[in-house]
Amino acid sequence: MDETIAEFIRRTILKIPMSEMMTVLEAWNFLSESQLQTLNLRQRKDSLAQSVVLLCEEKCASLSDAALLDIVCTQVHRHQKIWDVYQMSKGPGEDLDLFDIEQFKSSFKKILQRALRNVTVSFRDAEENAVWIRIAWGTQYTKPNQYKPTYVVYYSHTPYAFTSSSRLKSNIPLLGQNFEIHNPTAPLQERSVGLDINTDSRIIHENAVEKDKVQRITQETFGDYPQPRLEFAQYKLETKFKSDLNGGILADREEPLRCLIKFSSPHLLEALKSLAPAGIADAPLSPLLTCIPSRGMNYFKIRDK
Amino acid sequence: MSVLRPLDKLPGLNTATVLLVGADDALLQQLADSMLKTDCASELRVHLARSLPLPSNVNRPRVDLLVFVINLHSKYSLQSVEKSLHHVDASFFLGKACFLATGAGRENLCSVHRNTVVRLAHTYRSPVLFCDLEVEGSRAAMAQRLARMLQISAGHVPGVSAMSLLSLLRSSESPSLEDL
Repeated sequence: MDETIAEFIRRTILKIPMSEMMTVLEAWNFLSESQLQTLNLRQRKDSLAQSVVLLCEEKCASLSDAALLDIVCTQVHRHQKIWDVYQMSKGPGEDLDLFDIEQFKSSFKKILQRALRNVTVSFRDAEENAVWIRIAWGTQYTKPNQYKPTYVVYYSHTPYAFTSSSRLKSNIPLLGQNFEIHNPTAPLQERSVGLDINTDSRIIHENAVEKDKVQRITQETFGDYPQPRLEFAQYKLETKFKSDLNGGILADREEPLRCLIKFSSPHLLEALKSLAPAGIADAPLSPLLTCIPSRGMNYFKIRDK
Repeated sequence: MSVLRPLDKLPGLNTATVLLVGADDALLQQLADSMLKTDCASELRVHLARSLPLPSNVNRPRVDLLVFVINLHSKYSLQSVEKSLHHVDASFFLGKACFLATGAGRENLCSVHRNTVVRLAHTYRSPVLFCDLEVEGSRAAMAQRLARMLQISAGHVPGVSAMSLLSLLRSSESPSLEDL
């Protein structure tokens, strides 16, 4: 096994907190059960890292195995990274091809390798039709730098892709081009938000027209496809107090009031999408909430104009 | 603007119609289903509306009982009912209307105080009922109660009118409500 690979694995292990060590190693699925059992989790991390490297040498770990370990670590600590969101748009008159994940992976890799000779590309499938892509960049004359990779998470049934911030900004257009060639699939069947159609003729819905209007507005705002998974949105307000009543201590205040509002949910955008159909809010929703997917931000600062 | 009136149409034979008004679709639908499952001598019809006024081009039977459903977990639900109240003729509030507040049991989710609904019902001189529509047992019991009130409001119970029921319900209110 190459010394550089050994060093890379050692440094990756050192980044994992001890409490998550077993989970990560099991998810990596490279070392065998018996090998994992020989590890002593009570020793110091440097010695543990050394033992893991020795076990990897027994199994002749390759660069792609090491890259896979790196992806697993990042998946566990995805919250520590800042992600940029890209939304793909279809050109006019383009056909919607059926999407084959394996074909996507192989052509993605080929295109990058043709463009830049020195690049390491690895894939790992995750929940909800997500593909995690790890790219280590090199130049024409240097080998790929394994310590500064870019991650792309692509949800294959949606037009969204998330990338971790890359120092090498020049590579982003290349990634973008890669995605243009692979158009996303046709949008999934519209999920019915709402109740089962009641077959009892003794129940009559008076506001059917309004309900349809709400459904239509919701669909126009959020689209047919499942929303990207977002767990919170934060709004920082720095505005002056405004009131219809005259006077009052707060109205005379010169400095803006500071206020922080945080929305959190296991799946925030789906929750926002279901607000109007469930009768909890008016449709259309406030643009402050609906602009999250289109602007690709979930941290907002609101100031007086 | 169209106003809902209680006696502008002729009644149907042995038919009693209730109009449930509330923003929370799912809860209204569940309550409607429960009401239709009750054992009732009269033929029940349930109309569901998100808000008033109702669309005017529809041919509908006269409404015998009007129930405003407020979800205490949602301020929007209260606001929607308050707006709808402006489109109801005053004679409805002589025993043919009532308020139903749901969700008081889970206090940590309540954004509307119980007393707000009690005060609203008091302003309109109508009874307010509390239950938890999300719990099967509570919902079934409330559905039975509403079905009985509906029968009385439609005049199907001899000797008891909507007005007399209203005064019966009112005397059980605690005197402190008069101070609100």
